[in-house]
Amino acid sequence: MAANAVLRPRAPTGWARAQALVWRRPWLRASLLLTPPLAWFLVVYLASLALLLVTAFWRINSFTTAIERVWNLDNFQTLATDATYRTIIARTVGMAALVTITDALLAFPFAYYMARLASRRAQTLLFAAVLLPLWASYIARVYSWILILAHNGVLNWSLLAVHLPAANIGYTNVAMWLVFSYVWLPFMIIPTYAALERIPESLLEAAADLGARRLRSVSDVVVPLALPGLVAGSIFTFSLTLGDYITPILVGGAGSSFIGNVAYSNVGIANNVPFAAALATVPVAIMAVYLLGAKRLGAFEAL
Amino acid sequence: MVEIGSPKVNDARPPVQAAAAERPALRLEQVRKSYGQVLAVAGVDLAVAEGEFFTLLGPSGSGKTTLLRLIAGFERPDQGRIELGGQDVTSLPPYLRDTNTVFQDYALFPHMSVAENIGYGLRVKGVARGSRGERVDRALRMVRLEGLGHRRPNQLSGGQRQRVALARAIVNEPEVLLLDEPLGALDLKLRQEMQLELKRIQKEVGITFVYVTHDQEEALTMSDRMAVMTLGRIEQVGPPVEVYERPATEFVAGFIGISNVLERDGVRFVVRPEKVRMLVAGERPAAGLHTESGTVDQVVYVGVTTRYLVRLDRGEELVVVRQNVEAAGPAGWVEGKRVQLAWAPEHTFVLERAKNGGQEQR
Repeated sequence: MAANAVLRPRAPTGWARAQALVWRRPWLRASLLLTPPLAWFLVVYLASLALLLVTAFWRINSFTTAIERVWNLDNFQTLATDATYRTIIARTVGMAALVTITDALLAFPFAYYMARLASRRAQTLLFAAVLLPLWASYIARVYSWILILAHNGVLNWSLLAVHLPAANIGYTNVAMWLVFSYVWLPFMIIPTYAALERIPESLLEAAADLGARRLRSVSDVVVPLALPGLVAGSIFTFSLTLGDYITPILVGGAGSSFIGNVAYSNVGIANNVPFAAALATVPVAIMAVYLLGAKRLGAFEAL
Repeated sequence: MVEIGSPKVNDARPPVQAAAAERPALRLEQVRKSYGQVLAVAGVDLAVAEGEFFTLLGPSGSGKTTLLRLIAGFERPDQGRIELGGQDVTSLPPYLRDTNTVFQDYALFPHMSVAENIGYGLRVKGVARGSRGERVDRALRMVRLEGLGHRRPNQLSGGQRQRVALARAIVNEPEVLLLDEPLGALDLKLRQEMQLELKRIQKEVGITFVYVTHDQEEALTMSDRMAVMTLGRIEQVGPPVEVYERPATEFVAGFIGISNVLERDGVRFVVRPEKVRMLVAGERPAAGLHTESGTVDQVVYVGVTTRYLVRLDRGEELVVVRQNVEAAGPAGWVEGKRVQLAWAPEHTFVLERAKNGGQEQR
């Protein structure tokens, strides 16, 4: 009898009862954890995306520039038929592809050195070197490139000092290519590094054991296994270039109309928000296709 | 070199040990390797004969894997000489050595199919596609994985992956095949199956195997000869029977099987548990047996046998193993029972004093 009394649980308090309820119903715990972030996601992200899509099917009154909520496909028709916009879209996609390829070519050897050859200490230092620029403001870093590339900037000043002809690449698409490749490079290096680091050393030993020289084992074993990492990095470099409007505005010149800055000017200057929305759906659509392709290449397993 | 898959006719090959002296497939001469302060391999001399199944047996940290990696070329020795088929390969990188390795973690290329994995070595060497396919197929048959060539390694079971790793190495017909605890990741049943399988394949292809393991049973069942290693040194080399029955040092005696070490009249000797007969106190032993009396301290039933720990009246403890001929083992051998132990003096062996302090092991 006495022993029974000791073992009998104490009368549950309200808090204990609530805890027990959560313990008995796992879905309750999940919903308690996920409701706030999901609500935020729903309101801030999905709602604005939906609004963007809906707006793209409206138009403005060309005289008053007031938005008319009339369903129509005029904006998309302009995008499809007007050669100017086709050129802008092609130019943007081309730039994104070029930046992606450049970053991949730069990132791979660097990440390879970091992941497989560098000492622990050197690895830490290189990591800091890759991540440190991300602490500085993006705009400040783009501005610093203006200082370098401008006609009387550091680049030309240095070239003239060694009696070479000046390179007038400031405010051109070449400058944009340089700046984009620079600012997005860390986003390519990090996933590539992660993929390279996960390749077990024994696979390289096995390749050497089976007769492959270093370069051969890199092309047969390392590159295929690092590919998901490179593709994951390319998602960043490609999509960030596709949607960026600051660099074209700051670094670009006369021929630097890109989707981002054209959409921006349609919002701010032309006040044609529906057309800007239609233009903004283009990179969204391109990225959807790109992500499907990346998924096929196993990029999401490398993230 | 014998073609893979064609059953090997065991040509008039001299006994293995004699062959080792003639033209060894592998010869090590004073090979040393240290990592910083740690001496991993402390001057090893060794000759492995053509076609021999040779095992390096030792506890973890004994340097056996390092020795294997030195032979493969993944590590460079600080000192010494490594010869493969009479050729000095000490300073050659792995891709120029006629060895192939079966890795402990298999190291299969995850992005290649089974057939591509197996054919990789041939592809690198520039073997034409047609004959490559043929040899890959034959290798697949040999390891009994016909029809699985198109699979990816991650679609295979552990045992199947092990076979692919073996086929990938063997298809190149190396001078010496190196195996680094290849069965370590498999469960007991599969491991025993693969032991026989490996032995069969080795006989079939006639390639020299150098096999690293810490499992003494594996070493005893598979090897033509074995080397027992500790602290980067080889303690003893010989056929399994010799190593088991006549261990050269106390370390070898202790590492392989259960060893009872006793000291009588200033002589240290070992008697194996299965060689000891256990009699009821007062029973007369057969003539010529050495006897000791004691008390049963512990009885451990292990299925096939029962193991008794007997405390001798003179102080030491001895392990005695008896076959469970009857269902539950002989009745009456319970803890606290007074018994007599008897063994034939010829079943004991006197220990050489260990050369390098191996006696600390017990």
